[in-house]
Amino acid sequence: MELQQKNPLKEFAPQLERTSIQGYAWILFLLMVIGLGVFAFLNQVIYGHEVTGMRDNVVWGVYIVNFIFFMGVSYAGALISGTLHLFKTAWRKPIIRMAEFITVISLLIGPCFILLCIGRLDRLPYLVLFGRIQSPITWDVIAISTDIFGCFIFLYLAVLRDLATLRDYELLQLPNWRKKIYKALALGYTGTPEQQQRLNRATDIMAAMVISIAIIVYSVLAWIFSVTLQPGWHSTIFGPYFVIAAVYSGSAVLILCMWVFRKVYHLEEYITKKHFVAVGVIMLVLAAFFGYFTFSDYLTKWYGSEKNDELLIQLLFKEFYWPFIISNYVGVLLPLLVIGIAKLRTITNITLTAIVVIIALWLNRYIIVVPTLESPYLPIQDARPEWLNYTATWVEWSLTAAGVAVFCLLFTLASKFITIVPVSGLEGEGKKEDVLI
Amino acid sequence: MEETSNNCQKNSRRQFLKKGIIAGAGVALGGGLIAAYVDATAAETGEKVKVLTTNGEIMEVDKGLLKLPRVSTEESHKGIPGRKFVMVIDLGKCKNARKCVEACQKGHHLPKSQEFMKVYLLQDSEKTSPYWFPKPCFHCDNPLCVSVCPVGATYKRSDGIVLIDNERCIGCKFCMTGCPYSTRVFAWKHYAEFDEDKEPYSPEAGSPGREGTVSKCDFCPDLIRVGKVPYCVSACPMGVIYFGDVDEDTVTNGTETYQFSKLISDRAGYRYLETLGTRPCVYYLPPVERQFEVERGFGDLDPAIKERYKDTPYSKKNKP
Repeated sequence: MELQQKNPLKEFAPQLERTSIQGYAWILFLLMVIGLGVFAFLNQVIYGHEVTGMRDNVVWGVYIVNFIFFMGVSYAGALISGTLHLFKTAWRKPIIRMAEFITVISLLIGPCFILLCIGRLDRLPYLVLFGRIQSPITWDVIAISTDIFGCFIFLYLAVLRDLATLRDYELLQLPNWRKKIYKALALGYTGTPEQQQRLNRATDIMAAMVISIAIIVYSVLAWIFSVTLQPGWHSTIFGPYFVIAAVYSGSAVLILCMWVFRKVYHLEEYITKKHFVAVGVIMLVLAAFFGYFTFSDYLTKWYGSEKNDELLIQLLFKEFYWPFIISNYVGVLLPLLVIGIAKLRTITNITLTAIVVIIALWLNRYIIVVPTLESPYLPIQDARPEWLNYTATWVEWSLTAAGVAVFCLLFTLASKFITIVPVSGLEGEGKKEDVLI
Repeated sequence: MEETSNNCQKNSRRQFLKKGIIAGAGVALGGGLIAAYVDATAAETGEKVKVLTTNGEIMEVDKGLLKLPRVSTEESHKGIPGRKFVMVIDLGKCKNARKCVEACQKGHHLPKSQEFMKVYLLQDSEKTSPYWFPKPCFHCDNPLCVSVCPVGATYKRSDGIVLIDNERCIGCKFCMTGCPYSTRVFAWKHYAEFDEDKEPYSPEAGSPGREGTVSKCDFCPDLIRVGKVPYCVSACPMGVIYFGDVDEDTVTNGTETYQFSKLISDRAGYRYLETLGTRPCVYYLPPVERQFEVERGFGDLDPAIKERYKDTPYSKKNKP
């Protein structure tokens, strides 16, 4: 009885028990966006890849950009939650669950985008049946599937305590089948010292593992580009550059999620300005690294002025001027200013910066993928505008929107299944733990 | 037969020359369709064509009975024993007649939007001379496209040819980004032209094409097997393209036959973008002693094709 009084679940239970009309409307809206995506996908299956903007020169477009983007976001979740866990950072508790959700959910969406890019989905099993270890795509298949596996285990270990709490909380007004699921998933965890010790050790091991697996996954993804001889891609810095860009984009997505859930579930008491500043500072450090890597990459290309690098840079400053400026200037400098200057450091400002960073990082991937393909070694000589320059079609945009919608939907559903703030953690350490770092 | 193993090499070289001449004669006959395989089920047309049989003899058969061999996918991995193919393109003679492109498209049942052979108008720098640049697949000896393929759908054979198995290809397009020469084409949809080819699929014929897979110039191994040169070689009215065997040290364009090594050394042959280390099997002879003005290449081009070259430095400079 005493435990239940202290139980913060009492406060969070309504989140799981009831869904408001707005909540249902939101889910319906997401389903409609996903429906449009399904329609677009059927179009692509029936009429072939011609319905996309991709052609023989630009063979990879928005799909690959989305793939890199979602994988990056996922990676950030893994690194941030893993690191915060390993360092036992005190303020991590209210936001770590979100980071874990981000990891797993975007990891489910990312690979779907690469599948959209594949001409013969019916031959997908060939990747396993006839897989060649020499191909970076095979490395990717192995790395991503390992990552999905690892991240799911990590998430599961992290929610296990909460599942047990939910199972034991008698006042929970939920249908019986939901309670049964909690019971089954809680695996008989009761919180004995031995169980706690085992769970802690397992979580520590998995935290370390997801950090390293995620670095490998993202490097392998970068190598798909850098092992080719294409100007702009053939760069040794791509592995670490992609890793940094990934964590950077993910920290921004985490801030956005914090803001959204704080508003929707009224978590003002738990997620405070301190958390925004703390993650903001992480974002600031990553912005500096990202800016440094970007600068190194383009400086070497520009200074040496090899013919094809020069053509690429000309293209970037002409046709891709605004995406280039937003991703590599605004996307780097804005966080440095907003979070660097104490006066500007408000929750709204940090969140707005995070939104700009998310857009900038998406554009960053776009100007990595598309301009290189538009400036190959042999000049593109074609009369058809769509074969000269890539423009994504409604099919690609619909599927992109559907990807974002699936992310939002899964996040919404996940927050209806497990509290978005880990209740068991708060129970142990309480709200008093308010000292930052 | 009575040949000893010592002069086997010599014999095959003589045979190759003979085949080259026959192939040239084929062009002269107008049909350009010579094969040693006869399809007994096909209808006779009454028109006779000279063909070369597998043991090197010439015989006359009805045109309607001709059919190119289609080896199995497994067989197509092996390559033709004892051969190493090479192509030499003489840039001094090309006037963008585009017969190579058309013959290739017809031979491979390609839609208009797919070209295995492309003709570029290149100009290396502002002050250097522009020239027409026919570009097939280079069949590199260090092919990045083959390295990056996740399912082994594209492979390098013992005879140097890089082929694609369109029944294995998953369409990831990694090979297209891997190839630094923009050689590969993708079937963005099902094209009606693919249906023209009723024969069973063979990677050597590259047809019928398959939607959602990658294809490219294949050096026409089905033609080589019957002693013919690729479509582009026999179609070129200027004899720009030479095809042959490095080990036999011979190349022919159907009418003229040269010693490959001597031709390359006499005419300063080179490989395009040698610095990339892909080691192409296609050599170029520099555009010297031109037989045609570059302008001739614009002759009676289809307006859509003419439009292609409008952004080249040459076209911009010579705007009317």
